[in-house]
Amino acid sequence: MARITAGIATSHVPAIGAAFDQGRSRDDYWGPVFAGYDWVKTWEEVEKPDVVILCYNDHASAMMLDVVPTFALGMAEEFEPADEGWGKRDVPVVQGHIELAAHLAEQLVLDDFDLTLMNNLDVDHGCTVPLSLMFGKVDEWPCKVIPLAVNVTQFPTPSGNRCWMLGEAIAHAVESFPEDLNVQIWGTGGMSHQLQGPRAGLINPEFDNAFLDGLTADTDGLRSITRLEYLRESGTEGIELIMWLIMRAALGAEVEELHRFYHVPASNTAVGHIVLRPKAIGAVAQAA
Amino acid sequence: MRKRPYPLSELEDIPGTTVFTAKRSREAYHLHKFCMSLMDPANRAAFKDHERAYLNKFRMSEEQKRAVQDRDFNTLIDLGGNIYFLVKLSNTDGWSTQRAVGSMTGMTADEYAAMMRGGGRSPEGQRSIREGN
Ligand SMILES: [Fe+2]
Repeated sequence: MARITAGIATSHVPAIGAAFDQGRSRDDYWGPVFAGYDWVKTWEEVEKPDVVILCYNDHASAMMLDVVPTFALGMAEEFEPADEGWGKRDVPVVQGHIELAAHLAEQLVLDDFDLTLMNNLDVDHGCTVPLSLMFGKVDEWPCKVIPLAVNVTQFPTPSGNRCWMLGEAIAHAVESFPEDLNVQIWGTGGMSHQLQGPRAGLINPEFDNAFLDGLTADTDGLRSITRLEYLRESGTEGIELIMWLIMRAALGAEVEELHRFYHVPASNTAVGHIVLRPKAIGAVAQAA
Repeated sequence: MRKRPYPLSELEDIPGTTVFTAKRSREAYHLHKFCMSLMDPANRAAFKDHERAYLNKFRMSEEQKRAVQDRDFNTLIDLGGNIYFLVKLSNTDGWSTQRAVGSMTGMTADEYAAMMRGGGRSPEGQRSIREGN
């Protein structure tokens, strides 16, 4: 039986990808950012997940112009890095997991989540920067990836609570997959940042740290944060944090915090990163 | 009308902020189509070669075309644009996202970079126009 063994959250700032690709990851500006991910890189070498369900948002690279899906699941064998205006990142092509993706597509729709299924999808920095942060510079990504793209750009986005419910449904779907797979779920984006208008540059460490605390201590509180509150408190792009709730909900009621990192700034953004372990791996479906 | 947690007019109450909606997305459809065309190196070269001729291939408004040529990101957002599309333009120019974003704040690139290094813009006084908090 497949089981979700850990959840990871991280920001996915494009400038982190650029610094990584251009070999600036240990300079004065970027060194402290990348140092925050040394722990997880070592940890992942031991964990060796088979599949990562990677919740991210497409930044007008493959979607958002002609089609604006609320939740879109990547169904392809491979996902090429997108060219976001300065060439494709020189990172491995992301390999999908068709069987588990198809199972998720079936089970989640049966559970009333009206997913969009992407048979062709280029993945942008939202997906590839977290992979670089967790696995470093590699010739091939060490696991399969199922991208799950969430609309966090065009209002109304899904609510945080809806994301939570999707995460719960993902946990049930994974646990009903017959193959023995070590599955991680990642929530990416955030933390506080705003990339537009005279208010650009907004950073709210109090909000961010309360959010990090809430992932173990007060998940009901996090579920009840409204879209308006995200916009006011964490900036227009801070609402990406709703994707962390998909990850968190998929881990079940109780989690242990294994690692946490918070740093301001990376370009325009507050960087947050947390690694969580479900206290009862594989118990979500049994408890229902 | 079904119950809502807050009136949607509240979205207009955030200082210095434009919330990107389906209606705005439609207003900027052709602007955004231009932006996404810059994901192709050949199109980037054609745009750099003759900006106006390239822009004329798109059914954008004259104001949108002028704001693109001026790299006036605040106006582009007023005209429906969203930053994730617009950075395809600044990326084509070789600008960092920070430079593009900072250009909307009335600060110089250096001033904006210094503000971010110093911890960013505080949310104090930036949450609500009405409440002034
Ligand atoms: Fe993002």
